[in-house]
Amino acid sequence: MKHLLSVNDLGADGIEEVLRLTDSFVEVSARSIPKVPALRGKTIVWLFYEDSTRTRLSFETAAKRLSADTMNFSVSTSSVKKGESLRDTVETIEAMGIDALVVRHASAGVPWQISQWVDAAVVNAGDGWHEHPTQALLDCYTIRQRRQSLHGLRIAIVGDVKHSRVARSDVLAFTALGAEVTLVAPPTLLPPSLEGWPVDVTSDLDAVLPKADVVYLLRMQKERQHESLLPSLREYTALWGLTRDRARLLADDAIVMHPGPMNRGVEIAAEVADLPNAVITQQVANGVAVRMAVLYLLLGSGAELVA
Amino acid sequence: MSPSQPFAIDSAYVIKGGTVVDATGSRQADVLVKKGRIAAVDKALDHKHVIDAAGCIVAPGLVDLHTHLREPGREEAETVESGSRAAALGGYTAVVAMPNTEPALDNAAAVRQVLDLGATALCDVRVAGAITVGRRGEQLAPLGEMAALGVRLFTDDGNGVQDSRLMRRALEYAGALGVTLAQHCEDEALASGGHMNEGAWSSRLGVPGIPAEAEELMVLRDIALSRLTGTPVHFLHLSTAGSVAMVGAAKAQGLRVTAEAAPHHFTLTDAECAGYDTVFKVNPPLRGEADVAAVRAALADGTIDAIATDHAPHALEAKEQPFDQAPPGMLGLETALALGLTELGLDHQRLLALLSWQPARIAGISGEHGGPIVEGASANLTVIDPAATWVVEPEHLASRSRNTPYAGRKLTGKVRHTILRGEPVVLDAEAQR
Ligand SMILES: [Zn+2]
Repeated sequence: MKHLLSVNDLGADGIEEVLRLTDSFVEVSARSIPKVPALRGKTIVWLFYEDSTRTRLSFETAAKRLSADTMNFSVSTSSVKKGESLRDTVETIEAMGIDALVVRHASAGVPWQISQWVDAAVVNAGDGWHEHPTQALLDCYTIRQRRQSLHGLRIAIVGDVKHSRVARSDVLAFTALGAEVTLVAPPTLLPPSLEGWPVDVTSDLDAVLPKADVVYLLRMQKERQHESLLPSLREYTALWGLTRDRARLLADDAIVMHPGPMNRGVEIAAEVADLPNAVITQQVANGVAVRMAVLYLLLGSGAELVA
Repeated sequence: MSPSQPFAIDSAYVIKGGTVVDATGSRQADVLVKKGRIAAVDKALDHKHVIDAAGCIVAPGLVDLHTHLREPGREEAETVESGSRAAALGGYTAVVAMPNTEPALDNAAAVRQVLDLGATALCDVRVAGAITVGRRGEQLAPLGEMAALGVRLFTDDGNGVQDSRLMRRALEYAGALGVTLAQHCEDEALASGGHMNEGAWSSRLGVPGIPAEAEELMVLRDIALSRLTGTPVHFLHLSTAGSVAMVGAAKAQGLRVTAEAAPHHFTLTDAECAGYDTVFKVNPPLRGEADVAAVRAALADGTIDAIATDHAPHALEAKEQPFDQAPPGMLGLETALALGLTELGLDHQRLLALLSWQPARIAGISGEHGGPIVEGASANLTVIDPAATWVVEPEHLASRSRNTPYAGRKLTGKVRHTILRGEPVVLDAEAQR
């Protein structure tokens, strides 16, 4: 694998390999000096066209623990603002001699375009509504910490699937590992076509909750109520929010997940986010080890890993 | 044999050994050209100057109803000269230049500027005027003043006229001038924010889509307005099965509607967008397989009257942007005929009807282009080798831009010679100036 653009680049075997490697890096992260020399001498550039302190910090921590050198290409202060084309920007960065580009962009497909123009490895850290593969990998890892396997698990993904890169990557990863995925959303927040998606679809959250092993809540952006996709956030919460009352429908061992940042009181009630069923902070913690595994898989030679 | 030197415009020569195909039929004949006109069409004509057409079709020059020449305003992408060279190499003797230049061609002075540039071009350059001032869809442009300069087609192409009342008024006014309004069919509210066809691919790729209905709503509306006003409407670049069906039904009712389709809408689907290559971004967008099949069927059965290129050059740096920021459009002039020959499986006369005499009629230039190849007619001709195979190489195109979606594709059928008012502007697939 040269790049990580989509969950599809990995397939079921590739996902399993990342999750196995993640186990070793969780162990590394627990050491008193959580650092291995695996990527010493490698240079990774963060190319974030869209603000995401959380994702960037997670990648940055992962790279530091692998002893890689990192550079931040700050989009706001660069020539991007001067009308330079995307390709010019990327080729300028590559000319500095780098090994990987970790790309976040508000437009779907940008990591694909960049991978056509450079020799360096490209990691998709989120492209528009399209994909966010490392999030899906850390979600799989987090579920596996609670359950042995995803195979046969019933996972409900609830909310704004249409605009969600997390949902697209999660559907690919969860179903690759054998889970049964149900999308729960108002029709205005579903993609216009689900042809080829191996999922069930409903708008009735109450019917889904009692049978769900995992409830994955997507972030609800406030703009959606101004685009006539919803009458109001209040109505969204009433019908599709995981309120305290609704959470009572969940099985005792059901897992509640969220990619963050949460809108407490909109898609998830504050008390529900703090239930023992919620693994939201574990998701964040696992993000670092999963991203170490991905960077190692793309850039490591295989010899340096001291586990 | 091949000619070794360019011909002077008033010299005479014979186009020898070809099969003449025009609206009247098909026959083996040589064509003698003198002083810009056809002097004789007969078997075994001789002259000291010979243009070889052995094994070739000799046809009326092709006519493109939909060419973006980009001048004035975007000369880095195309000029009248470079676009006309691409046209001549593609077998065209006339193109209709779209008015969405910067500034828009919405008045007589702007039209005259492009007509003047076209006077020395490698094909006849006609102009479509804008329907509304600045193509803003708010106020009627001076259609009469532009019609006085010979403008026969008007459109706000790039945008559809959104305001139904304004479109009605424009049709009524155009009726008195005897000109045709052409519509870029797109309901902007429904299409808003979209960058590719809405469907399975857009949903998977996370790219906002443009539903087929955004086009179909305006086709439906303009059929109704054509009925209301009794004035003809020409539908630009139809791309959906629903649009085609409505136009077929309107024609069956005797309404005066005509329609064109672009080569990319009968050869490519939205699956091409899977790699986010912006060369496949176009408006209307590449649609699904059923739409492509419907467009092909409509070209075969006459529902669609013309193949029009929607030749839309864009500079490389403009296309090297994220998919949702890159401008829509693709080149078309140098590949349209070959795509028709390679993909459509129509007999040559039927295909040439779609590329030459039917669009000439819609453009209002039948007197000069697309007419039967007979003594006395203007010598606007194209000589096509229907069996020649070639591979599309972007770097070898005459257009200033490189945004062809067919790079590397092997095509059958190549333009050998193009004759403009008697002047061989293309000989053996080489532009002569
Ligand atoms: Zn158009």
